[in-house]
Amino acid sequence: MIKLEDIVKKYHTREGSRVVLDHVNLEVKAGEKVGILGRNGAGKSTMIRLMSGAELPTSGHIYRGMSLSWPLAFGGAFQGSLTGIDNLRFISRIYGADYRDKIAFVEEFSELGAYLREPVKKYSSGMRARLAFAISMSIEFDCFLIDEIVAVGDRRFHEKCNRELFEKRRDRAMILVSHDPGYVREHCDHAAVLIAGKLYSFDHIDEAFAFYDESIHG
Amino acid sequence: MIKKPSLRNSVKIQLRVIGALLMREILTRFGRHNIGFLWLFVEPMMFTLGVTGLWMMADANHGSSLPITAFALTGYSSVLVWRNTVSRTIEAIEPNLSLMYHRNVRVIDIFAARIVLEIVGAGMSFVILTIIFLYFGMIDPPNDILKVIFGWTMLAWLGASLALFLGALSEVSELVEKIWHPISYLLFPLSGAAFMVEWLPVEAQKAVLYLPMVHGTEMIRDGFFGAGVIHPHYDIGYMVFCCMVLTVLGFAVERHISRKVEPE
Repeated sequence: MIKLEDIVKKYHTREGSRVVLDHVNLEVKAGEKVGILGRNGAGKSTMIRLMSGAELPTSGHIYRGMSLSWPLAFGGAFQGSLTGIDNLRFISRIYGADYRDKIAFVEEFSELGAYLREPVKKYSSGMRARLAFAISMSIEFDCFLIDEIVAVGDRRFHEKCNRELFEKRRDRAMILVSHDPGYVREHCDHAAVLIAGKLYSFDHIDEAFAFYDESIHG
Repeated sequence: MIKKPSLRNSVKIQLRVIGALLMREILTRFGRHNIGFLWLFVEPMMFTLGVTGLWMMADANHGSSLPITAFALTGYSSVLVWRNTVSRTIEAIEPNLSLMYHRNVRVIDIFAARIVLEIVGAGMSFVILTIIFLYFGMIDPPNDILKVIFGWTMLAWLGASLALFLGALSEVSELVEKIWHPISYLLFPLSGAAFMVEWLPVEAQKAVLYLPMVHGTEMIRDGFFGAGVIHPHYDIGYMVFCCMVLTVLGFAVERHISRKVEPE
């Protein structure tokens, strides 16, 4: 289980401190898929980063009763001067996995061929996204954090990603953050809406959508 | 229901992460071209060799009967430990921000990997040069090798704690980076690398002994030459005190900044 208790996150800006998350609570059980809806700047990415542990909350607690991925589809979690394979090695080492078992999978899935042995900074953005997704899928987690994954590669690769993540890993928990209700509806059991730093949870996904619509148009 | 991670497990993860960062650091810094990771100690060796060569040629000026090769070797190897560690931790976080997306990679791990790498490099360069000089009969074997090791270990601690403190502080203010360059430059002649404390007037001796690195350098030379040849001035208690203060301050500032670091 993952539990966020009274999470507050403040950022310091020139005009003083700005509250991005205001006493947020959330519980995600094993295998549960939760969508978090919010407009740009509502604090969705901040929430994902706090859950992943990349940043620490200003106050409140996060319990991680299961293994949690880093925010998925972030090309950002890689090193440009290293090759694709070296990035895989590094990430495997960090998560205590043996990279030798992963090379075949990453080669096959990323379709990068010889480029896997070239520095990542030589990649196009599509190639980077493919590498990022392949490496993300090579480490197993109980719960995946997904931050607007929609834009990965072309249509065919996008479908391949969806198959790998949402079909093959159906049994895992997922926390999916998006401004797109269709995407959340497709993949999630529950949804919550983030507005101005406050998180509103709903049991039924339709209630969440109604609330989200109202917040946009109302 | 909710278990706290055990200390043993945390240590295991931390070592794993520092190990991964070390491998990555070696690859990004030295690459796989030409001699690769050998640069780790070839670079400081070239430095020490160059300075030793210069001093040998200027032998007449140094005004002492001490063997110049051993004097330069001990002096320069001492400087490298505290100077290189600090240079590597200052502003070390920025280029590594993207790695912070991985929960177990923390500021302290990035510092630790860089500090370990510099200390190993400087240490290996010292050992290898000592062996080479011994082989060619350019220096006499150290009088008390344990004293040399102890003195060098103290310098390594000083380098590590200073690097932790200044590296963390450089995240608070970029002034640290600007100021460290002139300071490290000025500290070099004052650090005892190019003189023995005994040679100075009494007033200057007192002043220079406030610098912790001087004590380490004097101890290494005490071990190398023996008290029969030189009159070393050092107080290991004072050096331990300085290192402890820097270590505590370093961890405190590191803790403070690690709460604020935001991946891009």
